[in-house]
Amino acid sequence: MTVRFALLASALLIAVPASAQVALPPAEDEGGLSVTVTDENAWQDLQLAIPSFATDRNQPTPANAQGTGALALELSRVVYNDLQFNSLFRPTGPDSLPRPAYADITSPQFGTWRGRGAEMLVQGFVRAQDDGRLMVGCYLYDVALNDELARGGWVVQPADWRRAAHKCADLVYSRLSGESPFFDSKIAYIAETGPKDNRVKRLAIMDSDGANHRFITNGQSTALTPRYSPDYSKIAYLSYVGERMRIYVYDVGSGRQTLVTESSNATMAPRWSPDGRTILYSMATGGNTDIYTVPATGGTPRRLTDTPGIDVGGSFSPDGRRIVFESDRSGTQQCYVMDADGSNQRRISFFGGRCATPEWSPRGDLIAFTHITGNFRIATMTPSGGGVRHLTNSWQDEAPTWSPNGRIVQFFRTAQGSSGESSIWQVDLTGRNERRLRTPVGASDPAWGPVLP
Amino acid sequence: MNRIAIALTAASALALSACAKKAPESLPPDPVDTSTPTPTVTPTPSGPIEGSGAHFRQVMAGQDTIFFDTDKYDIDSQDAAALRSQAQYLLQYTQARATIEGHADERGTREYNLALGERRANAAKNYLVSLGVPAARLSTISYGKERPVATASNESAWAQNRRAVTVVLN
Repeated sequence: MTVRFALLASALLIAVPASAQVALPPAEDEGGLSVTVTDENAWQDLQLAIPSFATDRNQPTPANAQGTGALALELSRVVYNDLQFNSLFRPTGPDSLPRPAYADITSPQFGTWRGRGAEMLVQGFVRAQDDGRLMVGCYLYDVALNDELARGGWVVQPADWRRAAHKCADLVYSRLSGESPFFDSKIAYIAETGPKDNRVKRLAIMDSDGANHRFITNGQSTALTPRYSPDYSKIAYLSYVGERMRIYVYDVGSGRQTLVTESSNATMAPRWSPDGRTILYSMATGGNTDIYTVPATGGTPRRLTDTPGIDVGGSFSPDGRRIVFESDRSGTQQCYVMDADGSNQRRISFFGGRCATPEWSPRGDLIAFTHITGNFRIATMTPSGGGVRHLTNSWQDEAPTWSPNGRIVQFFRTAQGSSGESSIWQVDLTGRNERRLRTPVGASDPAWGPVLP
Repeated sequence: MNRIAIALTAASALALSACAKKAPESLPPDPVDTSTPTPTVTPTPSGPIEGSGAHFRQVMAGQDTIFFDTDKYDIDSQDAAALRSQAQYLLQYTQARATIEGHADERGTREYNLALGERRANAAKNYLVSLGVPAARLSTISYGKERPVATASNESAWAQNRRAVTVVLN
């Protein structure tokens, strides 16, 4: 449980001699995200300094073996890693900057930071409370104006310390970009090992930066295409346990698995409605696949499509009123939109090639999809099928999923040839900052959950 | 030494001792082995049990798999011949049950390929049923592009992967 609080600390002005102008060293590559393609023509290049957080007293904490002093540095590293890989800032991280004292956190030495060429400054602190929880404060300053732009504070259990850092990064990002936050979120995906013709596939989860990784299934039966429920309490996925294709809902808290539907037919492609009350899925019988809904708590399925073709997948609009899905009823795999009750089914993709794996942005303004024209490219279009823009151009980039704020598209990339290894990648809506998300082993079928409350 | 031989030997010994004074005119004939030969394990033709999955695979010699064109799920004449062989087997071994696995190559997206694989498995199943195999003994499953047999990214590999495989369950 986190608690926001208002911070008020007395300002302490400390006179500091102005240091010589030192150019900020280039952003370092650290942590879960590695840059492979960076667009140098960023339209904005805010020099953002993120020095180490500070602590009032170095106290022991379960969150770090060396205590809150070391934890303070780790917090700032998480914030720094989050704020890389976008076109808005050029952050410099704590390992390249002097460490502020605790008193500086609420009363920065602006002169020092100006001297270093910083335009914006993020400072924070961590304090261990008597009850063992951690209080984390986060401040964003405009160095030129000697002004505080934003502040936030959170009380977290030691095990959730990274969430406080992500909340801080979200605060900074939102305030400077005007966009909604997305760092404090989780990803469900399929971890892959083994050769291409004997692949082991396990359900797994991780934080948005790849940390706190956890395997959910043991790989004895193939798991595919997971989806987090909107409240993160459950994961729906396709399992081949018992040599059958069935959708299970895994309860993250209890570890229990329940079947979504009792059917002897193959069921697959589970999706959650935005309110978490309905599960959308596809069922194949007699060579024909159609889309159904069923209450998430169980009950009578309702059939939405009924064509003698493959109607599969689907994604709800954020208001829950429409569904975009794929169908080959026209002869080739294309994208269609229908009302959530199955009415008004109409094709929206008329741009050549095939339209697959459509996924509605949480902002409602765009649909991401896999455009098949020989190779697979991640692309976006408007909900009416116009304005197609390609974000990537590799052999096989497949199955886009949106960041919670609808500004980043995550997908998996498969290598051509006998290795056929898959990995998870992200790219901005602008097509810039394409980068790989590091995972312990191979990875596919990423599903990005919403921002954690 | 078998029992009868022992008995005969004993009998002859008895005879000798009983009539020690009188030498027998002739020795009793050698004991003839008239016992039933002990069943020894003569090597049967080694191999799987008839009606089992391994036996089916062996007998089919490749005919357990049919192939498809890109995006297609129709049964061509080669497929039909293979399916006839399969049906023959399944009608001979009436206890055998089978699963037909449908597969697709890697050039489609994951969920669509699962559905396509089901289409292919179902097409094979329907053909077997039309040849008289009871539908109740057949089930289908799709592996989409998840279980390729050929791992290269070329036409030859893709053609090998677009298949439906009939597997007899043990």
